[in-house]
Parts: sequence; structure tokens; C-alpha cells
Amino acid sequence: MSTLSASVPSDRGALTRAHSANFIETLLVALLLGAAGYCALFVAPTERTMGVIQRIFYFHVPSWWSAFVAFAIVLVSNLAYLRGRNPKWDWLGVSAAEVGVAFVTVGLVTGPIWAHPVWGIWWTWDARLTSAFVLWVLYVSYLLLRNLIEEPERRAVVSAVFGIFAAVDIPLVYFSIWFFRTQHPQPVIGDGGSLDSQMARVLLLCWAAMLGILVLMIRQRYRVEALRWDVDRLRLTAAQSASELSARQGFAMGEGQ
Amino acid sequence: MALARPAAVLLGKELQTEFRTRELLTTTVVFVLMVLVLFSFTFDPTSIESRRFAPGLLWLTLLFAGSLMLHPSFTREQTNDTLAALRLAPIDPTAILAAKILANACFLLVAEAVLLPIFAALYNLHVWPVLGRMCVVLILGTLALATIGTVFSAISSQARMRELLLPLLLMPVLTPALIASAEATAGLFDDPAYLSPQWVGLLAGFDAIFLTVTWLFGEYLLEE
Amino acid sequence: MAIASQTNSSHGVTVEFQNIEKRYGVRYALHGVSLRIEAGECVALVGANGSGKTTLLRVASLLVRPSAGRVNFWETGDAHPLADPIAVKQRIGMVAHQILLYDDLTAEENLELFAKLYGLDRPKDRAAAALEPAGLLSRRNDPVRDFSRGMRQRLAIARALLPAPGLLLLDEPATGLDPAGQHWLGEILARLHSSGCTILMSTHGLSEVHSVVSRAVRLAAGCLAEDSAHSGDPQRMLAAALAAEQGA
Repeated sequence: MSTLSASVPSDRGALTRAHSANFIETLLVALLLGAAGYCALFVAPTERTMGVIQRIFYFHVPSWWSAFVAFAIVLVSNLAYLRGRNPKWDWLGVSAAEVGVAFVTVGLVTGPIWAHPVWGIWWTWDARLTSAFVLWVLYVSYLLLRNLIEEPERRAVVSAVFGIFAAVDIPLVYFSIWFFRTQHPQPVIGDGGSLDSQMARVLLLCWAAMLGILVLMIRQRYRVEALRWDVDRLRLTAAQSASELSARQGFAMGEGQ
Repeated sequence: MALARPAAVLLGKELQTEFRTRELLTTTVVFVLMVLVLFSFTFDPTSIESRRFAPGLLWLTLLFAGSLMLHPSFTREQTNDTLAALRLAPIDPTAILAAKILANACFLLVAEAVLLPIFAALYNLHVWPVLGRMCVVLILGTLALATIGTVFSAISSQARMRELLLPLLLMPVLTPALIASAEATAGLFDDPAYLSPQWVGLLAGFDAIFLTVTWLFGEYLLEE
Repeated sequence: MAIASQTNSSHGVTVEFQNIEKRYGVRYALHGVSLRIEAGECVALVGANGSGKTTLLRVASLLVRPSAGRVNFWETGDAHPLADPIAVKQRIGMVAHQILLYDDLTAEENLELFAKLYGLDRPKDRAAAALEPAGLLSRRNDPVRDFSRGMRQRLAIARALLPAPGLLLLDEPATGLDPAGQHWLGEILARLHSSGCTILMSTHGLSEVHSVVSRAVRLAAGCLAEDSAHSGDPQRMLAAALAAEQGA
């Protein structure tokens, strides 16, 4: 029965070790995030024109980068699943997609929060923000599609194909919207020209913290999928035993007639 | 080629079936006309305003019409399980998709041929001088809609809430094609009329890329 | 209804199922099914509703991809299995639960379409030749939508026979057929069996088609429960299956 459970280690020692590793990881990421937050708020120099509100940039920009990392993982998972049909790639795909959507949401929310004090408007349809909005809809659709297909193998295959179409579409979306904006310019959020080296260091630190959160969240979500799989397997085995038993009894009764 | 012959046979079947009943075509044309008329109430259709809004409206309307009309592509094949009949045949499964993409592109183009003069009349646009270039944009844009629409029809036919799902999936993915088509069309009604090579290039690239992706991965959608 | 002369004899195809599993969510449709059917055998597949007969037939026709296990096919006399799924499909004819025909096309147009897809020469002639023994030649230009249940089934059978298959898969083929139709089906199966075609047929126990059966296999809850190749008389198994269903 040790092969049955994909998620839970079978002996007590391994279970304890898994929990400890989990705790240490979470602690490290929390520390990293704390350090990043402190640097963003106090260590980084204040920006000349925009003032304190500009500090949101240290979370706004890395959320995009982290989202792209997540979506790259989704693409790799989709391709790997179609190739080998190993369900673990499907679990990774959905986990990375959900985390990616979360990061895009952060970006879409921090953008207007930044824009309003600076330009007095909430939304400008600037190229990056608009593209990000389309990106958000794209991957939310991916998740919705998954919700609407019950059968697990079909769901995995169909969403993998859709995921590949979505991923291939991303550069086209960005390019077309960017080119559109060069023809019909609008105020741009967040482009500041060259970056002060101190600011660049803080930015990278914030990104490292976000990547830590990314890895942590994907792993947790992956574990949920693995657990679901185990439950389904148990149900499957139980249902099969029950139906085999009743089939044997039913036939015996019929033959007796 | 193992793909071309069966695709041609199936394309023949699709066209034969549709032109016998013409239900998709008539419904699509009437729907688009209705939307064009309704849109005309949202702004003052003088010449200058028209030139600004009409191209985008045309493509948006075609997108909506397409997402309704492409839906039966695969749901029709559930009657008598004819999709299984096609999959049983000794043909490359991608031929089934190729035939449907081409057939849907044809149906959309026929609908557009009927709609274009009406559209030009309603919004006071001079289509005749730019007709040739307009056709280039129409063909490339329609191919984009047909390709993605057919593949996503295969996807949504396997899910619940499929009537709502198809437009939902279609619109974000078609964004680049929609922008490119609308912009290229707008350029044609500008003074002087010009066909933007960048937008046409983007459309052609979009079509080439997604036809390739369909060829590589489409057959997985037809499995059971 | 006349029996059409065979245009070419179909050497049978050998089929082997290796440990086939098919899961649908939290249910096994097939579980650990291993079975080898030699070329030329005529096998009846019996079992209660939901026992996996339809799924097994669909796996055999390559319509359904198993969750685990594989199916192999051999041409008579070949040492190596057929590698290309398209080559395998060329040799298979199938009569399924649904008729697999287009309602909007006429009988002749339907058969012509499938003749073309199977790469047969002179598709129009082939279609007409297939309609005649099914007794449908007079209705060749009517859309299938207007056909009665029995006529639709006869056309479905004619469709399956078009490529002169080496492996014929039938899912309750006598459904909807009147006694004359069942007699016609029995004659076709006898003719195909004597020419060497492999037949795998799921049946609910109608006797008309049983005269040619050389082996019976029973499925229960997706598993292989009984095989007459090991345990004796196929006709007894068929009778028992019929009794079990009538009793249940």
C-alpha cells in the first residue's frame, strides 16, 4: 500500500522530517519577506518625483516577474503532461496557474494604487497594464475550464492543450498591445528610465522574496492535488471491490434459476 | 499528403451539409446585422465618427458572431456520435480539425461578403476603392477567428456550460488578432488609405503560429 | 435481401489486450483485462449492463485510449504487430451503440463519404454495392433522418462492412432489427466468419446471431470473469448470460 499514497510519507520518521522541512522553509521565506519589506520601506532611497508612493514599485514590478515564472512553469507542465501523461505534471500545472493568477492580481491592484496619487486616475490602459489584464483573463479562463470538466484525465489533457495556446498567445498579446499604444499613446505607469543601483538591489531582494513565496505556495497547492488523487484512488479501489463482489453474487443468483 | 486528401473530403462534407440547410449562415448574418444596427445608436454615425469606431465595431461584431456560430462545429458531431465515425476512419485526426477550420472560415467569409456592403452603407464608409486590401485583412482575420474558434469549440464541447465557455476562452486569446484586424481596417478608411504592413504581418504571423500549434497538439482534443 | 458476393476475402486480424485498464474518474470501466483473440475467431462478449463490454469494444477500435495496458494487432502470418494506428484502423469495421451516420446526408452520400475516407476506389459504386444487400437501394437518396430504426441499423452495418474489414467489432448489432434483418445479419456474420474475418460481438442473447459463435467471454464489473476457451461450451455461457439478464 506504500505506492498508493502520493502525498503522505508512510512512516512516522519521514512524516516528522517533512513537517520540519516545511516549517524551516516557511520561516526562511518569512524572514526574506520581512527583510525585503524593511528595505523597500526604509533602506531604498526616496524617489525624486513621486515620493513615498513610489515604493510600491518594489512589489508591483516583481509580481509581474514572478507571474511570468509561474506561467512558464505552467507551459512546461502542460507540454510534459501531454508527452508522458504523468498526473504529477497536471498537479504542477494547476498549482502554478493559481499562484500565477494571484501574482497578476497583485500587480493589477498595486498598479492603480500607485497611479492614483501620482496621476489622479485609477487606470490608464497603458500597454503593460492592459496586457496584464488580458493575461489575467487568460489564466482565469484556464482555471474555469478545469472546473467545468469533471473527468480527471480529460480535464488534464484538454486544459494542457488550452494552456499551450494561452502561453503561445502571451508574447503576441504583449506585442500587439504595445504596438497599438505606440500609435495611440496614453500615460504610462511605472516607467522611470534608468534605475539607481541601490534601488536595483532592493528590487532584486524583493523579487527573491516573492520567488520564495511562489515556491512555497506552489508546493502547498501541489500537495492538495496529490491528496485529492490519493482520496480518489481509495474511492476507486473501494468501488471496484464492491462492484466485483455484487457482480459475482448477482451472476450466482441468476445461474441458480 | 496523408492530411490533405481526407481534409478535402471532410471539407466537402461540411460545405455540403451547411449549404443544404443554410441555418448557420442565415442566423449569423441576421445576428451581425442586428448588432450593427444597435451599435449605431451608441454614437453619432457621421463620417468622421464612423471612421473612428466602425472598424473596431465590425471586428468585435464578427468576434461575437463567430463565437456563437463556431459552437455547433463539434456539438453537431455528437448527434449519432459521428465524431467517433470520423475518428474510426484511417485518417490523421488533425485532418478533422483542418477540414472544420477551413469550413468555418468559408462560412464566415460568405457571411462577411453579405455584410460588408450593408456595413459600408450603414456607416457611410467607402469600401469600394480599398476592396482588394480589405479582402486581405478579412481573409487573414477570419482565418484567425476560424482557427482558434474551431479548436476551442472542440475544447468547450467537452465541458459544461459550453455556450458560455466558448466566448470566454475565445476573446482573450484572439486579442492580438482583433487589435491587428481592427487597426488594419481603420488604416484603410484613413485619408489617404493605407494598409499597415506591421498589422498585416502580425495577423499573418498569428495565423501561421496557431495553425502550427493546432497541427502539433490539436489531435489530443479528439481523444476519449 | 440478397447476399452480396465478397469482393475480396478478408484475412482476419489477431487482437491482444494486455492488462487493459480504463478509469473514468472514481470508477473503473475496465480493470486488468487480458485477452487474446486469434484471427478468424468469432467471439461473443456477454455481461450485465455496465460490465465494460462497450468500453472494451471501443478500446479495440482505438476510439478509447486505455488508462493502462496496451492493445496489439497482427495481420495473419505476420510476426510483428501493426505499428501504425492508421494501418490498424484500415482493417477495422465497427457497429456501435449509435449509428455513426450523418442525419442530414442521404444513405448513398453517407456511404460514399466513408468509402472515400477509407481510401476505397470508385466510392460511388462501392456505396451502391453496399446498399443493395441491405435492402436500402430504393431509399438511397433519402436523408438518414427519415429512416426507421431498423433501416438505420442496417445502414450502420453496411457502413462497417465497406472496407472489407479483418476485424469486425459489433456492439449489440441486432438492436432495432426485425426478424428479417436479424436473419440477414446472421448470414453476413456466417459469411465473414468463413472467409476468415475476426469478429468480436457484444450481445444480449438473441439467438439468430449465435450460430457462428466459436467462443464466449464474460465481463463482470470491468473484469474478465469467464472465458469459454478455458471453461468449455460457448453456447452454454450464452444461454446462462441470457438467463441471468432475464432473471436480474
